[in-house]
Amino acid sequence: MSQTVTLTIDGAKIEGQPGQMILGAAQEAGIYIPRLCHKDGLTPHGSCRVCTVMVNGRPMSACTTPITEGMVVENDTEQISSLRRDLIDMLFVEGNHFCMFCERSGNCELQALAYRFGITAPKYPYMFPDRDVDATHPDIMIDRHRCILCGRCVRSSQEVDGKNVFQFVGRGEEKRVAVNAEAALADTNVDVTDAAIEACPVGAIIKKRVGYVVPIGKRLYDHKPIGSEIEADGAVTAK
Amino acid sequence: MVATTDTKKIVIEPVTRVEGHGKVTILLDENNEVQQARLHIVEFRGFERFIQGRPYWELPVIVQRLCGICPVSHHLCAAKAVDRLVGGENLTPTAEKMRRLMHYGQTFQSHVLHFFHLCSPDLLFGFDADPAIRNVFGIAAKFPELGKQAIFMRKFGQECIRVTAGKKIHGTGAIPGGINKNLTIEERDFLLKDMDQMMEWSRGAVKIAKDYTVENLEMAAGFGSFDSSHVGLVREDGALDLYNGGLRAIDKDGNTIFDHMDNQKYLDFIAEEVKPWSYMKFPFIKSIGPEDGWYRVGPLARINACDFIDTPEAEAARQEFAAVTNGKPNNITLAYHWARMIEVLHSAEKIQELLHDDDLQGEDLVVKGEPRREAVGILEAPRGTLFHHYKIDENDQVTMCNLIVSTTSNNMPMNMAVTGVAKKYLSGKKEITEGLLNHIEVAIRAYDPCLSCATHAMGQMPLKVKLVDCEGNVIDSRTKGASW
Repeated sequence: MSQTVTLTIDGAKIEGQPGQMILGAAQEAGIYIPRLCHKDGLTPHGSCRVCTVMVNGRPMSACTTPITEGMVVENDTEQISSLRRDLIDMLFVEGNHFCMFCERSGNCELQALAYRFGITAPKYPYMFPDRDVDATHPDIMIDRHRCILCGRCVRSSQEVDGKNVFQFVGRGEEKRVAVNAEAALADTNVDVTDAAIEACPVGAIIKKRVGYVVPIGKRLYDHKPIGSEIEADGAVTAK
Repeated sequence: MVATTDTKKIVIEPVTRVEGHGKVTILLDENNEVQQARLHIVEFRGFERFIQGRPYWELPVIVQRLCGICPVSHHLCAAKAVDRLVGGENLTPTAEKMRRLMHYGQTFQSHVLHFFHLCSPDLLFGFDADPAIRNVFGIAAKFPELGKQAIFMRKFGQECIRVTAGKKIHGTGAIPGGINKNLTIEERDFLLKDMDQMMEWSRGAVKIAKDYTVENLEMAAGFGSFDSSHVGLVREDGALDLYNGGLRAIDKDGNTIFDHMDNQKYLDFIAEEVKPWSYMKFPFIKSIGPEDGWYRVGPLARINACDFIDTPEAEAARQEFAAVTNGKPNNITLAYHWARMIEVLHSAEKIQELLHDDDLQGEDLVVKGEPRREAVGILEAPRGTLFHHYKIDENDQVTMCNLIVSTTSNNMPMNMAVTGVAKKYLSGKKEITEGLLNHIEVAIRAYDPCLSCATHAMGQMPLKVKLVDCEGNVIDSRTKGASW
């Protein structure tokens, strides 16, 4: 398809392909729209709402909204930043996120987003939910204290691995990622090389016995904020 | 403050210029004679419980959060235990030397912090000097050179930690079976440029502590001093070793109680007793029993327990130290400061030695072997012998943790010191002044207690003293906030 769609993001004119989502078009143009539940290559989910942008004056999730000709998108405004800050803040307080000893620290997308938005401490009260750890698998561990219910593991397992290891169960506060087995992770057909294991943006699904191997200073977000790889290189390909 | 009843109680809460939060109670009779004095540790954190269920490789990173002063001790002690869990206790030279550099850097900065920032105001201005100047700012104003040394020596130690652990506080350097980085040439040279200065200042610190002790020997000998056993790690040949070695206990005369016991079986020779008035346990040597089996740990105990120090300048300083008591163990509480500064010099010498060792630039960082389900790590933290004991299940999750922290071992000695000083300086006094109360704190401070670690508790350590009658009515109280 050779036709292109023209839109503006924060006043900058960009072009995208018909059917492309705002997030992907922006990314190809070197504009970073923050996201957590979205992962390139997976079906957009639109659940975390961190990618919320104003489209023609209405809040929409950039990962699930297709671009249209003449669309006016606001991304980097104080109003939207404030909204995103609140969303990130709430993700922190509704789980048990202890960055100070979490092995994903420095490589964690949630933590990196908090730093990018200047959040040093949450403004909402901690909920301290009672969650569990599933360490039954010899090479993989689920720490539900840190799960943000982004569903990247669920979609990766289905769409990339061709399995169905993870699935959401429960609703509202009771919602959690369960495994497709009678008892625990060890009873599933998950493998440590599965894409689903790499898909977790936080420290909820981790490979065992490799924590802290990367020294402080060499971790993904030690020196550059999350999203800077997109902003530095406008040619990043989004699928 | 006029007492109208037969018995009075003075409570010092919180105790200042120590790490953590504690209080002292002193019971007086109708003639204001001290009947009993106790150091209570009144906080509780529960680390041993809440790490249950966590994966073992988190231990060195999570348990170090016990403390912000010497977290490296907990980081490395847990790492030593975790090394055994992965069968990697025989570290590569690079891994062991990187950890040692981290540990000596920590000992250096922690001892300097304690001596210059917390204790020197007492020693240089007097125990009952005006509290408005008896603090680190007073030191900086009157002795600016010392104030400068305090800051830059501490910084140097913290930099040693940063280049080995990634951060000055709460880093991640030690991982199961090794270390996650080596030392770059740039990092090495960055430290080396200040090395000569650190050596010189360390010599000066030993001199200050030595001169103070020798000049005030008579006072010091009667200031909360008492005979005790001493416990510390020593190398196979009997040398002082802060990172690794066998546990040695000697009695007040220097006779061996045990030596190079199997560290994994520490519970065969050390036990802990609980008393209802403190969250801090009371460890004792099993073969002697709970009544008399308590012992001292820390710089004084280590210098007493070792046969020699393997760095020349610290060894010369140790010999001078030993000569004061004719080669017998030194049981003077205030001599802790001198012993501590000898360890500062030793740490500086060790850091210098390590920085010239090419092994630190090695690439072989981790070893692993046959896994285990239970392990003990022991090392000498700045404040004394530290024990970490863990058990894990088949899923790699912690099922049991026991920590015996340095200050815990000094629990009974600190109580002995407090009682001794209270009886000597407070008994019969009509009025308990701030200066008199500071004498109690001086005795506690000599042990450099970390009450946060000892109870695995958190907080600052201000001090409050209350005068209470036998029915529990407060007659008078005096409170001091944290001084800095």
